[in-house]
Amino acid sequence: MTAATIFVGILMVISGILAIESKKLLDSFIFLSLLSLLSVFLFIVLKAPDVAITEASVGAGLVTAVLILALRKIGGDEK
Amino acid sequence: MRRFLSALIALGLIIILLEFLNLIPDFGNVDLSKRVSNSFINKSVDGNNETIEFKKSKDLEDGSANVVTSIVVNYRSFDTLGEVTVLFTAALGVGLILKGLRRKRFYREPNFILKTANGILLPLIFLFGAYIFIHGHLTPGGGFPGGTIIAAGILVLYLSNEKFELSHRAKILESGMGTVYVLFGLVGLILSGIFLRNFLPTGVIGELFSAGIVPLIYVAIGFKVGAELSNLISEFQKEGQQ
Amino acid sequence: MIYYISIILIGIGVYGLLSQKNLFKHLISLALIDTAINLFIVSTGYINGKEAPIYSEFTPIANFVDPLPQALVLTAIVIGVGVLALGAAMLIKIKEKYGTLNVEEIRRGDK
Repeated sequence: MTAATIFVGILMVISGILAIESKKLLDSFIFLSLLSLLSVFLFIVLKAPDVAITEASVGAGLVTAVLILALRKIGGDEK
Repeated sequence: MRRFLSALIALGLIIILLEFLNLIPDFGNVDLSKRVSNSFINKSVDGNNETIEFKKSKDLEDGSANVVTSIVVNYRSFDTLGEVTVLFTAALGVGLILKGLRRKRFYREPNFILKTANGILLPLIFLFGAYIFIHGHLTPGGGFPGGTIIAAGILVLYLSNEKFELSHRAKILESGMGTVYVLFGLVGLILSGIFLRNFLPTGVIGELFSAGIVPLIYVAIGFKVGAELSNLISEFQKEGQQ
Repeated sequence: MIYYISIILIGIGVYGLLSQKNLFKHLISLALIDTAINLFIVSTGYINGKEAPIYSEFTPIANFVDPLPQALVLTAIVIGVGVLALGAAMLIKIKEKYGTLNVEEIRRGDK
């Protein structure tokens, strides 16, 4: 595997840890979205363009939107 | 303490999973001729063994150029019908759970740039979504990503216009498209004795009008997924009765 | 290599499920495990030196990676959104009933 894959993998692991350990929930959502976006790159490396286009529209767009709407519904951030 | 124990358990799980990697073939060294996918790629489930060539082979058992699409909508179509049903159930569940809540709508001034750019952007988003699911049998994409892109367009509409409400026709569209899917299956059952059988001529591989019922079903799935996810977003946005 | 990335991500998700007290963080951990498992399933179909499974002008004759895992993951991703939204709706309901999303406070308030 190329160096780019390893680099993206390390970034994914870091953003996964940050998504879980962030103090604010909004930061967690953004890091989860970043993780989905990076996984799109790996799907393209794995020669799966269909999966990549689905993950790009779902993971980066709709999942974040649904989570932020739900967060607004329960009234903002909570420790 | 709690974090330390959790980290220990997660580490143990990682080690166990790494051990299990010995049971599956090494990364990148799969022998495709031993897998069932081989007959999906060569379109030889029924037994013909010709070599397939782009824009030359015709009247195959499944004429779509995108092999993933031909698996999703033709060979494993019954599976896809089940998955669409799961999605429908999830959307129904969201509606039921959020029904009796005291809801407050989040009032905010829509962004001026978003509001202005909306008129140019939205038709392009919808057009792109429709393009993706109409060309699902030729290029990467298909009904599932196309529907998601349309739902993203609805989301932009919600964000840019505080008075926008999704009409109840979206629900009718969704159930209508589900019915269309089942009807295609029933026609196949009547004409050839197999549920969801491809009963139209498949044409030359790689042309827009090819692959029989595959593009038609993918358009139905695209509308259904788009309407379903838009409904889901509107359930989260809706104002309560009280 | 991609096997290892997805296994480490599954481990991180399980760590999040065990260590966090906020229910929203549990939902995020589940979404993370979802992505990691999708990545793993797609990577089981990769073959060195082969192309994406689409007949086109550039690949007129079959020389493809395994398309079956991709077809399975394609639908699983979209269903993931539906299930995530169902979970988020349940969280809103829990917040309405107990006034908090902390697991331990919910357990104490139940008695």
